[in-house]
Amino acid sequence: MKCVSGKRLSMNTRMNSQGCIQEPAMAETLKMTQPLISAEAISKSYFKGQHKVPVLRGAGMTAQRGEFISVIGQSGSGKSTLLHVMGLLDSPDVGEVILDGTRIDNLNQAARDQLRNHVFGFIFQFYHLLPELSLLENVMTPLMIRHSFLGFWKKRREFRDAAMNMIEQVGLGHRIRHRPSELSGGEMQRGAIARALVAKPEILLADEPTGNLDAATGAGIMELLNRLNQEQKLTIVMVTHDESIAAQAHRTVRLVEGRIQGVAWEDAA
Amino acid sequence: MYKLLLCVRYLRTRYIALASIISVMLGVATMIVVNSVMAGFTTEMRDRLHNFLADVVIESRGTQGIPDAERQMAIVQKAAGQYIAAMTPTIEIPGMMTFTDPYSGQTYTTTVQMQGIDPVGKANVGPLQDYLDSYNPTVEDGVVLKPALRKNDAPLGWNLTAEGAEHRRLVQERQKLYQQDQPGAASDDFPPASDSPAVSKPDAEPQKNAVTAPAEISEPVFDSEVPAEGPEPEANASPVDGETSISETQQTPAADPGVEMSEGDEFLYAAPSVQKVGEPLPARVYIGEGLISFLVRDPDTGKQQKVMMVQPGDDVILSTVTAGRSPEVTKFQATVVDSFRSGMSEYDSSIVLMNLEALQKYRGMERGNWITSIHMRLKNYADAPAVLAALEREFEPGTVTIRTWEEKQGLLLSAVEVETAILNVLLFLIIAVAGFGILAIFYMIVVEKTRDIGILKSLGASSSGVMSIFLSYGLGLGIVGSTAGVVIGLLFVRYINEIEDGLSWVTGRKVFDEKIYYFFEIPTYVNPWMVFSVAAGAIAIAVLASILPARRAARLHPVRALRFE
Repeated sequence: MKCVSGKRLSMNTRMNSQGCIQEPAMAETLKMTQPLISAEAISKSYFKGQHKVPVLRGAGMTAQRGEFISVIGQSGSGKSTLLHVMGLLDSPDVGEVILDGTRIDNLNQAARDQLRNHVFGFIFQFYHLLPELSLLENVMTPLMIRHSFLGFWKKRREFRDAAMNMIEQVGLGHRIRHRPSELSGGEMQRGAIARALVAKPEILLADEPTGNLDAATGAGIMELLNRLNQEQKLTIVMVTHDESIAAQAHRTVRLVEGRIQGVAWEDAA
Repeated sequence: MYKLLLCVRYLRTRYIALASIISVMLGVATMIVVNSVMAGFTTEMRDRLHNFLADVVIESRGTQGIPDAERQMAIVQKAAGQYIAAMTPTIEIPGMMTFTDPYSGQTYTTTVQMQGIDPVGKANVGPLQDYLDSYNPTVEDGVVLKPALRKNDAPLGWNLTAEGAEHRRLVQERQKLYQQDQPGAASDDFPPASDSPAVSKPDAEPQKNAVTAPAEISEPVFDSEVPAEGPEPEANASPVDGETSISETQQTPAADPGVEMSEGDEFLYAAPSVQKVGEPLPARVYIGEGLISFLVRDPDTGKQQKVMMVQPGDDVILSTVTAGRSPEVTKFQATVVDSFRSGMSEYDSSIVLMNLEALQKYRGMERGNWITSIHMRLKNYADAPAVLAALEREFEPGTVTIRTWEEKQGLLLSAVEVETAILNVLLFLIIAVAGFGILAIFYMIVVEKTRDIGILKSLGASSSGVMSIFLSYGLGLGIVGSTAGVVIGLLFVRYINEIEDGLSWVTGRKVFDEKIYYFFEIPTYVNPWMVFSVAAGAIAIAVLASILPARRAARLHPVRALRFE
């Protein structure tokens, strides 16, 4: 198993050879002084034909290790774009993304791909499971991407157990052979969470995870996220437009027209 | 790993990909079938050319030939004996053949290539026996109409079959009666005046012509006396009026038969039996079937039928030139002993095989045993270059040409090769068309899978990883398509005759008429290397066609791909 080179990213404290799990002792000392990830003065515009449409105008936010942050805003306020920029799916026009003290938004493509695979876990509003694969295979996808064919083949049992374990954690142990089309919305989102977590990421980026679910199912997903945050000290950045969902996070960042409006500290749910 | 998994899943779940697979498959199958049939025809044709030509041929430059066949063969034996399995002396000379169609009474004259052979020797250098009609049963539509007239183990020779002899006797008797009915008229009526002098001339000059004469000539003398006997061996070819006239005009030289008889002894066949009714002439020939037959479509059944204008036992008139510094036209009659069919229409419609001794006599080559060529069969054809080199050292330059059969038929063989090459280029275009189909379908699949590509990228898949999914998809598709194509193509080739039967049955007309090609079955030859390269080419095209869509997929922006609806 190959982690992103620790030196290059200055993350030598957080990564060991087994799945890049951070060492708590080191984390404690750094926690107050340095945020795990921060986005600073991000500006990003899209072109619609000839017209330049600004989406982010100098927005920024930080997340400490183990924090559960929600980003809330209207449709088109740029919250998803901010998440994508932080998760290296997109690059900012202006601004920096800093992971553990190292700027990561200007890395080359290969390093960005590696970081996406090792450090970030994504969940999306529309689940985005691969329709051709079974639930188990979907969950194993990040591990397949991380390892070469031979490397995967050698450790396939280990990976399978890890994926099964993760599926059990999200409560889908009875559906591993099913295709996404055979699952309900809530089940698909749980599957997506399992997929995001199987690679043992440091940060979970969730883009409206409950946006497509009814209230009860959405509550179940939120409960799962909270549990993961508490039990595994997982750092979560969640984008939503739903105040009640956002309120369940430790703290909420409010985006209005591409700018941060104010930072409100809230109690953990 | 995910690449392989996704690639396999896409192959299994995208039915649109089936269209690409089928197009590749059809292209590959077509190429294999066409190539195999072409190769089959070519191989068959080469075999036939080869069989009739022998492996290596030594030919004299001039038509007068080279002297002393025995000595020449000894030289060859000494020079390259270890390579040579068999050889036979031959005389090859162009000539003309005249015969009369018994049905229409028309006289036909065609140019022919006369070959004086020793049938046993000829059979040693090539499969002569398989070609002779009397050794083969008459077969039509797979049904044996008439068994072979001679047993397979019957020795080759210049004797008539029982049927041929009977035919000859009947014809002669009929001729006899006809002449009795119209005494005198028969001979003088038809032959144009010019004919007779022309005929008599060659007789007069070389002795060998005189030699021929005795048999024929002595007969007419008895004309009037014995009605039962069909005396005239030549007149037999009843309609050939020229012949009758010849016999008549030749009567004079025939006056002293005794001399001729003694000379005739040299022939195996000559003197003693001459008087017998139905006895063939000393000059005897196997005629290429194409020279004396034509195809007629039966108006009732619509089937092609072969009509023979000359039968074994009939006589034909042959003319050629004598050997020597100033060649003279020589003309003689010969009895048709058999007809042959080598399957090469080029040969079957031009070659007349004749007994070597008689041809030597008529051409004035018997003294010193002159010949024009030696045909030889090698133990191993691969030794041909060594044999050529060895022989070229032995023979004085400028006297003979030494060539392999391939060199002799170089033009025809290279024409076939060019044809095959062009056909292959054209057929490969079919697969190229399939390639463009793959291109279009892949673009569609990439568009359809845009979101999945975004997902993979968000999970950390690299652009090259995404690209390789689609490249290996193309590869997989090519492999599946080619494999299916190879299987179908080979099955088609294997059962091509059954398929042809089925098609003939459905369409109600013969798709492949064996009478045209002389093949009872469609010949096929599967070259493994050809199959491999066709399959590899198809796979390469499939991969090439998937490059563009794969690049497009690789360049997709992850966010835009994820948002794609």
